[in-house]
Amino acid sequence: MKDKPTVLYDVPGPRAHRRNLAWSLLFVLVLAAVVWWVVTSLADKNQLEWSKWAPFFTDARVWETYILPALKNTVIAAALAMVIALPLGAFLGILRLSDHRSVRAVAGTVVEFFRAIPVLILMLFANAAYSEFTDISPDTRPLYAVVTGLVLYNASVLAEVVRAGILALPAGQTDAAKAIGMRKGQTMVHVLLPQAVTAMLPALVSQLVVIVKDTALGGAMLGFSELLASVRPMSANYGANTIACFTVVAVIFIVLNFALTTFASRLERRLRRGKKSTGAVVGAEAVEELATPGEHPDTR
Amino acid sequence: MFDFLQGYDLLGAFWVTVQLTVYSAIGSLVWGTLLAAMRVSPVPLMRGFGTAYVNIVRNIPLTVIIVFTSLGLFQTLGVSLGAERFTTINFRLAVLGLTAYTSAFVCEALRSGINTVPLGQVEAARAIGLNFPQVLRLIVLPQAFRSVVGPLANVLIALTKNTTVAAAIGVAEAALLMREMIENEAQLLLISVIFAVGFLCLTLPTGLFLGWVAKKAAVKR
Repeated sequence: MKDKPTVLYDVPGPRAHRRNLAWSLLFVLVLAAVVWWVVTSLADKNQLEWSKWAPFFTDARVWETYILPALKNTVIAAALAMVIALPLGAFLGILRLSDHRSVRAVAGTVVEFFRAIPVLILMLFANAAYSEFTDISPDTRPLYAVVTGLVLYNASVLAEVVRAGILALPAGQTDAAKAIGMRKGQTMVHVLLPQAVTAMLPALVSQLVVIVKDTALGGAMLGFSELLASVRPMSANYGANTIACFTVVAVIFIVLNFALTTFASRLERRLRRGKKSTGAVVGAEAVEELATPGEHPDTR
Repeated sequence: MFDFLQGYDLLGAFWVTVQLTVYSAIGSLVWGTLLAAMRVSPVPLMRGFGTAYVNIVRNIPLTVIIVFTSLGLFQTLGVSLGAERFTTINFRLAVLGLTAYTSAFVCEALRSGINTVPLGQVEAARAIGLNFPQVLRLIVLPQAFRSVVGPLANVLIALTKNTTVAAAIGVAEAALLMREMIENEAQLLLISVIFAVGFLCLTLPTGLFLGWVAKKAAVKR
């Protein structure tokens, strides 16, 4: 890593270099101590034996039987949730921008309500509701419950993203649409929404990361057979290699989400650079704020 | 109508939720501040560690971390965090997991706060002869702390909602009680509304109050 001047310090001179070196040494010592402690305690419990890690590298059956089907379920749930939540969120977001106060208030209440409640509560509710009021088979019910919970929560977050995307567009766009005689609906559908969707793409991708992570809740609490839920049967079949299983599952999640995050920030940089667009962007970082209840007044 | 509530410790469950939130908030504020200090420090190795920690932890689902603290740390490696009873062990493990996860977000919030201080402020401070600790103490941190209230409030509210994940390792907080009540009572809608309102009472006032504080504290530029 190259030393760049930041807000906080200059490019280091010779004395600062020596001091940095001293700090680095100290840090390496502390880090080495921690790593040593982790490795010895893993070795004490026989978690570092090659036989516990080997299946993941030498045995294709682990992947075919446990990991890949589980990964497929994770991806299916996340994709379904995104595909259903997006139009719902766009609808809610547009309602929040309505000219009628009552419509704004209703949409605002719905959005605030679902943003303020943990996803797990929504999933538990959906699961129980499906088992009580519908005859969805118990095999597919967890998937339905996970997707429903994710949709309810994420539609309300995406509503805010869509709203922010529309509000980020220059007012001239609406004025121009009015000037050529478009109605409110036409302005929204033909002028604002297409541009807003482009502007909010980075935020959408980064919300996808949140969705992927939340699918794991279904595995832990509803018996949905996704990646996290594959840890137990795997470690039971391959000699109690809990640590190895968790490591593999975590690495898969990290790679998947890191790819999405990188894609989102590339997209954002490209949109900000682009000359064709209006330059309006809802960044990937904005999602955290938009997911918080009680922050944004529901008037413009 | 509310007869079925007898025999369930509703307030107790929400109290555990609050406790989880408070302990994890304190823990992640401390560890997150340390991480943020590493991420902005002039020592490349520390910066690298901070960046790696944040990128790794943010991309793992919290549920995986929490379940790992129980299945991996406790049941496989025997880490019990100095507790004897199962309930205490699970509570502490949950706090550990929540802290490890949330501090990555605290770190990012603090770092973004430091980044909002314009370079010109620091250049002006150097021009009048202040040294590094003075620049940090008198110019950068006071402004950074003001702009960080809002993002930190978001992290706190997300943490409050995230404490429900502790149900996955059997910590007796609100979500676990909700699952138990749904299984035993035939009052699905009412039970769900009660728990939804409980969380509304926890998150909405915090959000409104801290949003107001953030607005008051923000530096007008």
